[in-house]
Amino acid sequence: MDISSGVTETTIKSKKTVKKQKITKGNMTPYLFILPSFILIVGFLFYPIGTVFYYSLQHYDVAAPFYNGFAGLDNFVTIFTQDKMFLPSLLNSLKWVVTEVGLQLIFGMILALLLNQTFKLRGMARAVAFIPWAISGVLASSMWSLIFNEHMGVLNDLLMKLGLINEPQAFLASTTTAFTSVILAELWRGIPFFAITLLASLQSIPVDLYEAAKVDGASRWKTFIYVILPQLKNTIVLTTLLRVVWEFNNVDLLFNLTGGGPAHSTTTLTMYIADLAVHGSNFGYGSALTVITFAILLLFAIVYLKLSRYEKE
Amino acid sequence: MIFNNKKADKLITLYLPLSMMLCFTIFPLYWTINTAFKPEGDIIKRPLQYLPANPTIDNFVNAWTNIGFATFFKNSLIVGVATVIVVLICSTLSGYALARYQFKGKRGFMLMLLCTQFIPRAMMIIPLFIIFKNLGLISNPLSLIITYSAVEIPFTTILMSGFISGVPKELEEAAMMDGCTKLQSLRYVVFPLLLPGIVATGVFTFIYTWNEFLIALMLTNQQNKFTLPVGLASMMGEFNVNYGALAAGSVIALIPAILLFAYAQKHLVNGMGGAVKG
Repeated sequence: MDISSGVTETTIKSKKTVKKQKITKGNMTPYLFILPSFILIVGFLFYPIGTVFYYSLQHYDVAAPFYNGFAGLDNFVTIFTQDKMFLPSLLNSLKWVVTEVGLQLIFGMILALLLNQTFKLRGMARAVAFIPWAISGVLASSMWSLIFNEHMGVLNDLLMKLGLINEPQAFLASTTTAFTSVILAELWRGIPFFAITLLASLQSIPVDLYEAAKVDGASRWKTFIYVILPQLKNTIVLTTLLRVVWEFNNVDLLFNLTGGGPAHSTTTLTMYIADLAVHGSNFGYGSALTVITFAILLLFAIVYLKLSRYEKE
Repeated sequence: MIFNNKKADKLITLYLPLSMMLCFTIFPLYWTINTAFKPEGDIIKRPLQYLPANPTIDNFVNAWTNIGFATFFKNSLIVGVATVIVVLICSTLSGYALARYQFKGKRGFMLMLLCTQFIPRAMMIIPLFIIFKNLGLISNPLSLIITYSAVEIPFTTILMSGFISGVPKELEEAAMMDGCTKLQSLRYVVFPLLLPGIVATGVFTFIYTWNEFLIALMLTNQQNKFTLPVGLASMMGEFNVNYGALAAGSVIALIPAILLFAYAQKHLVNGMGGAVKG
């Protein structure tokens, strides 16, 4: 009895001293540690975003500075009532995001399931399969432009050899094929992201679960639907959310492969903004479009997280 | 007996689909490299050559010296290395604060980091252009270094705090018990254990800066300040595209990214998994 009381006394004592140390030591140090990051994030992420809201309420045109000044909601009214580009580009964004994220998820899942099996040279197969993840949008654009090209493009050559087309097509210059072509190129670059994250969480599924399913005589498909998929749910919800935001904002391939054309058939909302920012001068109007984009993404994120949590309960 | 059931099964469920997907992955790389080594005249010639009949390095020489890829490469390297240094210092410090201290505003800071992941990048280009124009830093690598650091720090902070949490606190305390100062214990005990994490974080940051396009395009308007992506994009935008040089330039831009990626590939699955799982 004596011993046990002694032990508790010393533990209490040591706990007290630890607490004291933390209080005396921990007052300024953590703040100093986060200070540089804090300054950079606030100064060059949050402040610029803040100014977007300010500029969206201004007439701010670099090419016509004499009209500059407070605009109220003028920019927004123009967007919703007169802008013939707004709705089509919003629809293109929707098309772009849904097809891209959907296809990337499906093929990423297939690739992850394949790479999770045991076979010879698995390490090498994984390394090769993930390469496009490290390749920039611009680089992917330039590589795929060499494939899609009308004169020297290998896709034309292959399709003609297979007898599917009779003469070379300008895939990126035709309204019927441009969108699909860019989708294909972005898909190439996007599959590894899902494959990497899904493979990481596949590896964390306990082996007993597979074995139990096997003992119960579940088919491969049933094992996937009832055993694997529920385990991956959180990863899928989070990665698709991140990817939707990312793809919505992604313009590298659209910018470089088609420039939003032909006839604006590949102009997404972000492509429209990027085009206004890079080639245009009406920053007030561009900022108003940006605010709308931000609102759309925010709304989506809230609804999506709500829905996915709702399913869980 | 060669085609027993198990083998056929493995062929259909593994080897066939996997090799199809790997072919799809490799094909654009193969075609770019193939094009890069063809002489100008052979590139458009039909029938297309699936292997260069007269391999040459003319395109590489042309891209590197005449078109300016030597300059683009140097610019990308400066921006990349400087950003990696800034990001590593800042995110190790803030990651350490998050992993080891309880302080007021910690939750707020973490929420702030999370929020940044939802900021549309395209949303930033107009205000960033205005800010750096006012600071007189357009076409100055400093504007890219600052912006890229700000963009990367939230994610790398979370990543680093995860790595630091993985180093047992007891080790640090034991070292201090043995007479190390706080800094010494960090330098000689924590740092060596963190090194793989630091390297992985540095590699991810470098690949991001090496690849980023839209911000670099907006903040650079002099050709001698272009980074590789902006240089490649300007080549693609020309009226008469020089395909051989474009392919060679692509290979030049590709090599460092692939080498770094091959090196850090193992950390990727582990690190990403950790970051996604939270």
